[in-house]
Amino acid sequence: MSVKEHSGNYFIPDPSPWPIIGMVSLLTTLIGAALAINGVAIGQVVIVAGLLLFFYLLFGWFRDVIKENLSDCYNKQVDTSFRMGMLWFIASEVFFFLSFFGALFYIRNIALPWLGGEGYLGATSEVLYSGFESAWPSHGPRELGGDFQPMGPWGIPAINTLILLSSGVTVTWAHWGLKIDNQKQLVRGLIATIALGLLFVSLQAYEYGHAYAELNLTLETGVYGSTFYMLTGFHGFHVTMGAVMLMAILGRSMKSHFSAHNHFAFEGVAWYWHFVDVVWLGLFVFVYWL
Amino acid sequence: MTTTTLTHDEAHHHEAPQGWRRWLFSTNHKDIGTLYLLFALIMLFLGGASAMLIRMELFQPGIQLIDPDLYNNLVTNHALIMIFGGVMPAAAGLANWMIPMMIGAPDMALPRMNNLSFWVLPAAATMLILSFVIPFFPGGGTQINTGWTIYPPLSLQVGMSMDFLIFAIHLLGISSVLASINIIVTLLNMRAPGMTLLKMPMFCWTWLVTAFLLILVIPVLAGGVTMLLFDRHFGTSFFDAAGGGDPVLFQHLFWFFGHPEVYILLLPSIGVLSHVIPTFARKPLFGYKSMVGAMLAVATIGMVVWAHHQYTVGMSLGAVTYFMIGTILISIPVGLMVFNFIATMWRGAMTFETPMLFAVSIVLMFTFGGLSGVMLAVVPADMQYHDSMFVVAHFHYVLMPGAVFGLFAGVFYWLPKWTGHMYDEKLGKIFFWTNVISFNITFFPQHFLGLAGMPRRIVDYNVMFTEFNVISSIGAMVFGLSHLLLLYIVIKTIRGGKKAENRPWEGAKGLEWELESPPAFHTWTTAPQIK
Repeated sequence: MSVKEHSGNYFIPDPSPWPIIGMVSLLTTLIGAALAINGVAIGQVVIVAGLLLFFYLLFGWFRDVIKENLSDCYNKQVDTSFRMGMLWFIASEVFFFLSFFGALFYIRNIALPWLGGEGYLGATSEVLYSGFESAWPSHGPRELGGDFQPMGPWGIPAINTLILLSSGVTVTWAHWGLKIDNQKQLVRGLIATIALGLLFVSLQAYEYGHAYAELNLTLETGVYGSTFYMLTGFHGFHVTMGAVMLMAILGRSMKSHFSAHNHFAFEGVAWYWHFVDVVWLGLFVFVYWL
Repeated sequence: MTTTTLTHDEAHHHEAPQGWRRWLFSTNHKDIGTLYLLFALIMLFLGGASAMLIRMELFQPGIQLIDPDLYNNLVTNHALIMIFGGVMPAAAGLANWMIPMMIGAPDMALPRMNNLSFWVLPAAATMLILSFVIPFFPGGGTQINTGWTIYPPLSLQVGMSMDFLIFAIHLLGISSVLASINIIVTLLNMRAPGMTLLKMPMFCWTWLVTAFLLILVIPVLAGGVTMLLFDRHFGTSFFDAAGGGDPVLFQHLFWFFGHPEVYILLLPSIGVLSHVIPTFARKPLFGYKSMVGAMLAVATIGMVVWAHHQYTVGMSLGAVTYFMIGTILISIPVGLMVFNFIATMWRGAMTFETPMLFAVSIVLMFTFGGLSGVMLAVVPADMQYHDSMFVVAHFHYVLMPGAVFGLFAGVFYWLPKWTGHMYDEKLGKIFFWTNVISFNITFFPQHFLGLAGMPRRIVDYNVMFTEFNVISSIGAMVFGLSHLLLLYIVIKTIRGGKKAENRPWEGAKGLEWELESPPAFHTWTTAPQIK
């Protein structure tokens, strides 16, 4: 029976080794990580082994998916499944970031005022941290990490905002190219997006170096350092992931894998890129600016 | 319709693949469902064994068998294993087996990812078991003595076991989120033509809402434990007041996940009940639409009432009042569900096979647990009950009947469909009665213990609590051992027994009963038309 005979034909893949390899690689990496952060020497080797297996898994799994896609296994319904799956995955990512934003709001609006003695619940601060006045940025009543300067919004962060916003434009421009089967526009748009993404990550890295070397703003700078580095760090990690995904898509575009009607992989990555973009706007406003 | 492959022959798709590859590399929802259920069964016994050790220690005041840190570690593991290893995988197993058969789909929407979400679970279980084993070795650090809530600052002081536990939680989260994405996509995209959302079987509805909750709250838990990891090892101060953080922040993050988690455990079982009760009352479910609405209300309100788990921690008066009112509000939609079940049974032609016995016991005992929950929701009262054995009794009345008995009902209800054999009804009834009676012997006295002031999570207790603890411990031993009978019944049914018809229950409705028992390896390869 061929695919074409049944319009309702839904592709179910053959038994696949990738999920179980995924399990082994995750387990290896995390056992390695747990050992390494506790100073067990072999941990780092185990992490590397786990990650290598993980990259092997990514290559293998996506190679299978791409092959299936190119041999027309996926009908409209399968395509919808992929789209919905990607959207719900991004939804879960949004809530991951919300936990860190939530922590930031809680600390700024509730925890610090209490420590500074506000309200009837703040009475203990006189005993514990007498004289501490709540303000933001703060490294707490014990001034962990020593004197520091906060990261202002109007230098690199503002430039980075422009960079990420324009990368959102270039990826959309690439999408327009794809929709009219203009491969040149697609490839150029993607290259521009990747370049902007990498520029963003490099500027972030430079900013971190500047913060550590000149502002004495480190991960240990009380709760300001904690929230600053965790939020921007996880975001930077996601941008890096997004850039890697874009590179994969660029490679596939150059091989003309996509057509005006069949390009879920491109759109999935583009959505992801826009998501990273939106998170950055939240970061710029709440971490750098306000 | 068959599935197409890249290579050549499609014929082998009609038959199950053979050997170990069938299970390790599976892309078949039925096989993956079986794997989920098997895993859950193993974890049920592991979690049960730790509970029996706890009750053995509490048989008498004083410290007899296990030292306090080990005791606390067993309490921690009992909770984590039962919640993440027992109930959630069992519910996911039911979902995998039943959802495609109920909605007329050939399989889950993303079959390979389906297998990944299962196989991440054994990895998480390995990490969890490692976290328990490591402290027994020299240099392994202290036991995890925090309870499953892993509150800082205590969790900041535990040795490397805590890192294994944190990573286990990450893995469990990955598994749950992937499984949830798959279930949502299957339900939204794979229904047979003509099956509108409001014609969808109730079990599917409950899982749709459950999966939605999981996607929203699991990442928050992942974020919370990640902060914990960074506080432990990389010098951040999210939960350290000296640096401007707040240990209570972790409690908010944890319970933002933890309270919806209660509904995540509960709702699939409510879904099972919505099939079992109509079947054995031989009447359609009373108020289908109101059930759906009530469930959505429970999920929505359930997302915003988390802090009732932490009344005593010192929140502002406005905050605790809000959380109290929100929590009590939940009893309205939950009550509506209970009344719907009662109205379904009203004047039905009822028979009491094992699944129905479990279902009726759930309606009774879960309501009881719900009512003690309303007591705990009231702030001034909770100030007295907090962290007492009353709380233990309350949530076991909610979670054992509400979640686990519902899963038992589902297993007995669908076993004939899965295996093609009828289970031994007489043994099933014996299992039900020993199970439900010993459950009540175990947990009912704990209400009194709690009201009299016995704190929970403590290895020793005042001699005045001895009598009720003895009763409770005896009940727990019977309760724990009674599950061996379940194991026996399941194995016996798999191996043989009276042949099950396609529709072994007279009153059963739904697409899954139109398939053979046991169903073919691939079912609904041509989607049925729903009128």
